[in-house]
Amino acid sequence: MFFSRSSLYGLGVVLAMTLGLSACTGGESNVERGNRDQTFHYGNGSEPQGLDPHVVTGVPENHLLRALFEGLAVKNPYTLEPEPGVAQSWEFSEDRRQITFHINPEARWSNGDPVTADDYVWSWMRALHPDTGNLYSYMLFPLVNAEEFFTGKIDDFAEVGVKAPNPLTLVVTLKEPTPYFIQLMDHYSTFAVHRPTLEKHGKFTDRFTKWTRVENIVSNGPFVLEEWLLNRRITMKKNENYWNADFVRLNRVVFYPTENLVSEERGFRAGQLHYTQSIPLDKIPVYQAMEDSPYVQEPYLGSYFYLLNTQRPPLDDARVRRALSMSVDRDTLINTVLQKSAVPSYSITPPGTLGYHPPKTFSYDIEEARRLLAEAGYPNGEGWPGIEIIYNTLEAHRKIAVAIQQMWKDALNIEVTIANQEWKVYLDAVATMNFDVGRRGWIGDYVDPNNFLDLYLSDGGNNNTGYANPVYDDLILNKAPQAPNREERFKVFYEAERMLMEEMPIIPIYIYTSKHLIHPSVCGLPANLMDSLNLRYVWLDPERRSPSEPCT
Amino acid sequence: MGRFLASRLLQAIPVILAVITVTFFLVRVAPGGPFDSEKAVIPEVKAALEAQYRLDQPLFSQYLAYLGDLAQGDFGPSFKYPGRSVNELIGAGLPVTAELGLYALLIATLIGGLAGVIASLRPNTPQDYVPMALAMIGICMPTFLLGPLLVLVFGIELEWLPVSGWGDIPGDKILPSITLGAAYAAYIARLSRAGMLEVLSQDYIRTARAKGLPEWQVVVKHGLRGGLLPVVAFLGPAFAGLLAGSFVVETIFQIPGLGRFYVQAAFNRDYTMILGTTVFLSTLIVLFNLLSDVLAASLNPRLRHQYQTGGMP
Repeated sequence: MFFSRSSLYGLGVVLAMTLGLSACTGGESNVERGNRDQTFHYGNGSEPQGLDPHVVTGVPENHLLRALFEGLAVKNPYTLEPEPGVAQSWEFSEDRRQITFHINPEARWSNGDPVTADDYVWSWMRALHPDTGNLYSYMLFPLVNAEEFFTGKIDDFAEVGVKAPNPLTLVVTLKEPTPYFIQLMDHYSTFAVHRPTLEKHGKFTDRFTKWTRVENIVSNGPFVLEEWLLNRRITMKKNENYWNADFVRLNRVVFYPTENLVSEERGFRAGQLHYTQSIPLDKIPVYQAMEDSPYVQEPYLGSYFYLLNTQRPPLDDARVRRALSMSVDRDTLINTVLQKSAVPSYSITPPGTLGYHPPKTFSYDIEEARRLLAEAGYPNGEGWPGIEIIYNTLEAHRKIAVAIQQMWKDALNIEVTIANQEWKVYLDAVATMNFDVGRRGWIGDYVDPNNFLDLYLSDGGNNNTGYANPVYDDLILNKAPQAPNREERFKVFYEAERMLMEEMPIIPIYIYTSKHLIHPSVCGLPANLMDSLNLRYVWLDPERRSPSEPCT
Repeated sequence: MGRFLASRLLQAIPVILAVITVTFFLVRVAPGGPFDSEKAVIPEVKAALEAQYRLDQPLFSQYLAYLGDLAQGDFGPSFKYPGRSVNELIGAGLPVTAELGLYALLIATLIGGLAGVIASLRPNTPQDYVPMALAMIGICMPTFLLGPLLVLVFGIELEWLPVSGWGDIPGDKILPSITLGAAYAAYIARLSRAGMLEVLSQDYIRTARAKGLPEWQVVVKHGLRGGLLPVVAFLGPAFAGLLAGSFVVETIFQIPGLGRFYVQAAFNRDYTMILGTTVFLSTLIVLFNLLSDVLAASLNPRLRHQYQTGGMP
């Protein structure tokens, strides 16, 4: 006998295990079950740092917090214009420096308490208190004396421009007209928190309390926290105390920390997710080729660009900077390396931010680039001292850097090296300006050119290029806020951006896109520039088999 | 035995202390800090945060304070997850990773042991070559390749098993356990084959056969006990290795275990989390090494005698 008795026994065990495997098959997928009971399975990117709106930052946190809480005004997902949230209306004073919010008398916390104007005064005090360590405290700096309170110049919060004359009226006084202030009311750092709950669980500025745990948290949004399993899932159910509960159609939302894009895409294919936060680059062509593809790609309010250290030769010469920028063939880069998943850019502000279209001061022009480089003293790359591009370790960044390195070599005959750095090392290098050329991305917090253009103020904390121009500062800090209307204001921004792109302290490369796989049953989740999710609007239609069919 | 245990435990203290000290100062040397982000942090915010985490104190007094907390079993608050302590995070991840490790080890021992024994019974025949060739493939195949392959076949093509998760859908624990266990199964196959070959050529096996015992009794009753000794010695460190090294599998299958926290902590410069997981895992490794020594002794009378007379193995 070729096999001994013991090996036959072993074979039996293996066989039994295989049978055990196949016994676990079949059953209803998450998506099928979810469609039946209106439970939305949402790939959320990663485990949130936490759920305290004045402590955490990040995109996954944003999705969770805007489901649990509601701001004074919320963004309409179709238009991105603000619409009533906790405040049922608001009006501006004549000089546009004062806003009066009228709180909806029906607005409730999840425990039934009414939401009041005092909740906002107290919560904004917390958000601005220096001890809270709120990374987004600057969102409230447009308020009179907010920055002074934050930096400790004044101690009395009563001097800050927010008052509650009665429980349903909140009066906000701004330092200067701030057209985007209403938009900021949908940013989690300006949300109100439930004072008695926080005070029950510790000092109000303490980061380490347990008030956001399932058993403790009190919130005021369309959903309430039901389950929080670390690194596994967060489940929310519909908040019956929400003032607009009748409008909410989902019964539950389950958020998954889908850090690994490849696994997330597989989960989508296997019916475990209705929605993915992203998609692996190499899968894009496959999905794009599909009929009735679940793949949805839309421009996103974010810019990808290279920082240039304007204090180091040869990049201290604007002609060199322009030459480098002009010799980047953005179309080729996007069509090949990025699989058409981005939009070429020639300015820092993404186009179409509430009707603003940035200037295009240059185009892909090798001849002009060579001329400029020669003028700067490096004809055909002669005498070029060499520069280095740094980027944080990521395959996509590497591919882009390699392509640009080659484009510069081909067009200008110059030597460029590339170096990847671990994330925190890279952040340190950028913050201390220890680089020649550095990769950078910027995602807008609100839809307004100001959010991108104020980066390059002379003393801007995120400038990181050494670029300083008092005329530019004056345009952004004084001229734009004083402009009487949106059109005039955008003209000022246009002028500032033109100036910035002449000086070229950064090389714009592309505008981000949001990229998701969305199951056809998902309705009321339109693509928009901010990739803004408003779960109030979302529902699941089990009958809908393709994205081209209408929702019912 | 008691003396042996006590002396081994005492030896562990300086080892763990050295691990703490080296890790503590090493993470502080790394560029960047826990509060650096792509958006510049306002200096006042940074100062407030550093004060909340004692980072404003001199490094050495931070070290002493950390040791003090550790002596009370407190790993401190996490930097990345405000409101969560490192103890809590380890507590949440450990049961998952331990369960995964246990299944993986079970699969590895069952399949590996079986393959090794089968191979050893007829050395240098196809019955030896086939399992050993499979074992070699298992050793060479990294988990980041095997995992997606298994998912592709059993999850996507055949739709037999879930592709990710842990304890959410029936059957979602099978693929990760097999993926993690495969490489270890291969090692165990080779170890048990070598061990069995050595034992089966011993005099007492010949005696057993001469007595007319059936072959399966010779193998199971007399052969296995000695032949599997190298496997037992391997199991302790292997289990600790599984706990510390399950990161890749946890990432592929989106498993909420300790491995993911461990690696993410380093990227985030989550000082307390890096320290906590490192100290915790190194303590486990020390303990499991000790455990496998004890287990080996209970199977091997010669070792047992050595321990009882105070000798070191």
